[in-house]
Amino acid sequence: MTLLPVPDLIAPMQRAQIVADLRALVPGEGVVDDARSMRVFESDGLTAYAQMPLVVVLPETVDQVSAVLAYCHRNGVKVVPRGSGTSLSGGALPLGDAVLLVMSRFNRILEVDHANRVVVAQPGVTNLGITQAVQDQGFYYAPDPSSQIACSIGGNVAENSGGVHCLKYGLTANNVLGVELVLIDGTVLRLGGKHLEAGGLDLLGVVTGSEGLLGVVTEVTVRILRKPATARAVMWGFPTSESAGDCVARIIGAGIIPGGMEIMDRPAIHAAEAFVQVGYPLDVEALLIVELDGPEVEVNELLDRCRAIAGHAGAVSERVSTSEAERMAIWAGRKAAFPAVGRISPDYYCMDGTIPRKALSRVLSGIRDLSDKHGLRVANVFHAGDGNLHPLILYDANQPGQLDAAEAFGADILRLCVAVGGVLTGEHGVGIEKRDLMPEMFEKVDLDQQVRLKCAFDEEHLLNPGKVYPQLCRCAELGRMHVHHGQLPFAHLPRF
Amino acid sequence: MLTFRPETEAQLVEAVQAAIAERRRLEILGLGSKRAIGRPVQADAVLDLSGLKGILAYDPAELVLTARAGTPLSEIEAAMGEARQHFAFEPFRPAALLGSADQTLGGLVAAGLAGPRRIQAGSVRDHVLGFSGVSGRGEAFKAGGKVVKNVTGFDLSKLMAGSWGTLAALSEITLKALPRPETEQTLAVSGLSEAEGGAFLAAAMGSAADVTGAAMAGGQALVRLEGIAPSVAYRAGLIRALTGGEVTVHDAAASAATWAAIRDGAAFADRPGVVWRVSCAPSAGPGLVAALRGEMPVEAVYDWQAGLVWLRLDAPHAELLRTHLARAGGGHATLIRADAPTRRATPCFQPQDPALAALTQRVRAAFDPLGLFNPGRMD
Ligand SMILES: Cc1cc2nc3c(=O)[nH]c(=O)nc-3n(C[C@H](O)[C@H](O)[C@H](O)COP(=O)(O)OP(=O)(O)OC[C@H]3O[C@@H](n4cnc5c(N)ncnc54)[C@H](O)[C@@H]3O)c2cc1C
Repeated sequence: MTLLPVPDLIAPMQRAQIVADLRALVPGEGVVDDARSMRVFESDGLTAYAQMPLVVVLPETVDQVSAVLAYCHRNGVKVVPRGSGTSLSGGALPLGDAVLLVMSRFNRILEVDHANRVVVAQPGVTNLGITQAVQDQGFYYAPDPSSQIACSIGGNVAENSGGVHCLKYGLTANNVLGVELVLIDGTVLRLGGKHLEAGGLDLLGVVTGSEGLLGVVTEVTVRILRKPATARAVMWGFPTSESAGDCVARIIGAGIIPGGMEIMDRPAIHAAEAFVQVGYPLDVEALLIVELDGPEVEVNELLDRCRAIAGHAGAVSERVSTSEAERMAIWAGRKAAFPAVGRISPDYYCMDGTIPRKALSRVLSGIRDLSDKHGLRVANVFHAGDGNLHPLILYDANQPGQLDAAEAFGADILRLCVAVGGVLTGEHGVGIEKRDLMPEMFEKVDLDQQVRLKCAFDEEHLLNPGKVYPQLCRCAELGRMHVHHGQLPFAHLPRF
Repeated sequence: MLTFRPETEAQLVEAVQAAIAERRRLEILGLGSKRAIGRPVQADAVLDLSGLKGILAYDPAELVLTARAGTPLSEIEAAMGEARQHFAFEPFRPAALLGSADQTLGGLVAAGLAGPRRIQAGSVRDHVLGFSGVSGRGEAFKAGGKVVKNVTGFDLSKLMAGSWGTLAALSEITLKALPRPETEQTLAVSGLSEAEGGAFLAAAMGSAADVTGAAMAGGQALVRLEGIAPSVAYRAGLIRALTGGEVTVHDAAASAATWAAIRDGAAFADRPGVVWRVSCAPSAGPGLVAALRGEMPVEAVYDWQAGLVWLRLDAPHAELLRTHLARAGGGHATLIRADAPTRRATPCFQPQDPALAALTQRVRAAFDPLGLFNPGRMD
């Protein structure tokens, strides 16, 4: 298991003082310090890890957030921000010596602006809550993580979350126009807004996906889109994952970017079909689901083109949705893939690497070998359009050693992803889970540069410490430069 | 002036290390096409990156292209054109306004200026996937990745887009390459006031027509539709239903020319005076221009549903412009064309409030602690 940072010892007296001070800043029920009430916060979506926070604070206003952060900054107290706690990488895992700052009371939609097609929301509003606020008028918020009924828009910003539609419509970062951000010293900043381009350096771009390490998001402005007039889904069975991957490459090569493109492997197909019974073919190695959305004429034309391509790529079965109910049925298995796998195994561990699509069959066969090596089964679902692979490792936490084996298996999968030119995480974030794998992808000099950015926002490393970056050097040390004065050592450099 | 012209990343590292040792401030140049935008740089040497060129990897089916930062855009577009792909953000070309022909990939990313399709496909920053570069510490480093979806570590790639060379000297960049639409068509509506035009564009953008260009120029409101022919024809019907005005149609070739002109601010190419590029909430654009017209002669071309206003003024009037912009709900104004003395005397980029300015300074120092790269450029 990834080692958590050793808590600075906080004496009970000191804790009592911190709690009392925080109560003065956030009155009423906003400060929770009894073990029973804090228990619900001890984990996020990465349930293998649990730890009790020092104290939980649930602020209601930006002033309170600012006051709490300024207080923590003055007193050297660490802070872990939390939205809905669905992170799959342990980003919101509490630390024993840190305040857990829970943003769930920031749950209001502040403005729906149709002329500019934006929604301004507080960060605790759920992802789906934004769509629900605008769907009556035919609009929606495009990024759709499977956790969308629960996860918060603030958490989405912090994780730069994706969903099945993000090849065509982008990740969170591509759909956020502005945020209000509170820095660790309590400074309140606005980055971007209703205008499309934030001036100056793109700090909004780097805050998005920063996993709570740079500041606390207290307001979000997102763009909304008109709901496409029609959507149709089609699923094909393929005899090999290679031919399914080849089909995806051919569709994209033909200039078509579908609304969604998902591949499931044989174990995932079987688990899903057993769970939802929607008629997935059980005798194929890979299932490819493609959804096309837009005006009906366009959808029908592109569907025909995709069907021809799938035929050439060797599809052995095909089912095209002819009604909304049938479209939902085709998706039902894919959308339920995680719980379906949860049914066939006591526990599962979800990985999230991205690979160049052309490496799919190499990676899948590598995963099969690793499955043998670690003695654990695996089912694969794959955001095929953008190469984002979710292997689900099946294990039983009650069997001694299996959790460790699952983690070792997962780490090996991610190393394989990096080895074929991919990355450690496509949408779930690094958090605590993949922190120690960062050196697989980045050299020390790369990581140092990222940490220097952290230093510009949070010099004392008080915000979400121990997440994302393996070991944080002191900022002063990182900032030091060794400059050679005097003689020119650069004699052979081309100069004009 | 002393010029470093590295041809490899190793030479680039040496050049920056030499500059550090000799405390030389560097003006970073690609082909110099946008050199006349922003404050004139106060440098002691030029770091010319146009020798670092060549496409390193391009696999159309992966939607990813990697090239050295000094590679000319023309070369990259030729390669993408063969695969019927392009950069969907429609890069701004400085040719019309600034007279320069080609630009490098590095310069394009560093300037971060996107064209009309920004409203639908995003800006430059949305398409940069990863990069390698050399920091002002003289260290070669990389960030991001070479796949289309990645959230591993801080997204420094976005930070590079629009940083105008003040953070790092880029050596290699990976971007998303996307399929080019099969055809396009533009509907031009005449007889609307600017306020009515703005409302029409808002309705068009809010419709199911998937608009990829929404502009007002030369007394017309313009809406671009792209995709496969039957879909474009169908969506044109949706747009027509939104207006009682007189509609003319630009076919694919005419449409391409129309949007190239809007993308580049070409309407002001042969007109004297200064040119600003103003970003505001789309609904605020026409009102902002009306308010300015009460103060001075103004010519305006609107893009991005009026969220981007190209302004031609006789003189910068920076303060007045920004006061009205703040009243219109905020945004930012960048001086795109003016002579060097004017640019020296004008805050070319939007001034920031003190807290944001302080953070920006700390971020810059995190990459370039000695302030060697393009000093003064963004001030
Ligand atoms: C069943 C399931 C399915 C999922 N499917 C997807 C999917 O399809 N795609 C996908 O991308 N993800 C998915 N996820 C992961 C998760 O839902 C997302 O990462 C989500 O964005 C987390 O939001 P949250 O509100 O729960 O944040 P939390 O888990 O509470 O926090 C996540 C991170 O954000 C930080 N944070 C939270 N709020 C703020 C704030 N206001 N300011 C600053 N930092 C903050 C935290 O410190 C933490 O680092 C799934 C999770 C589950 C459990």
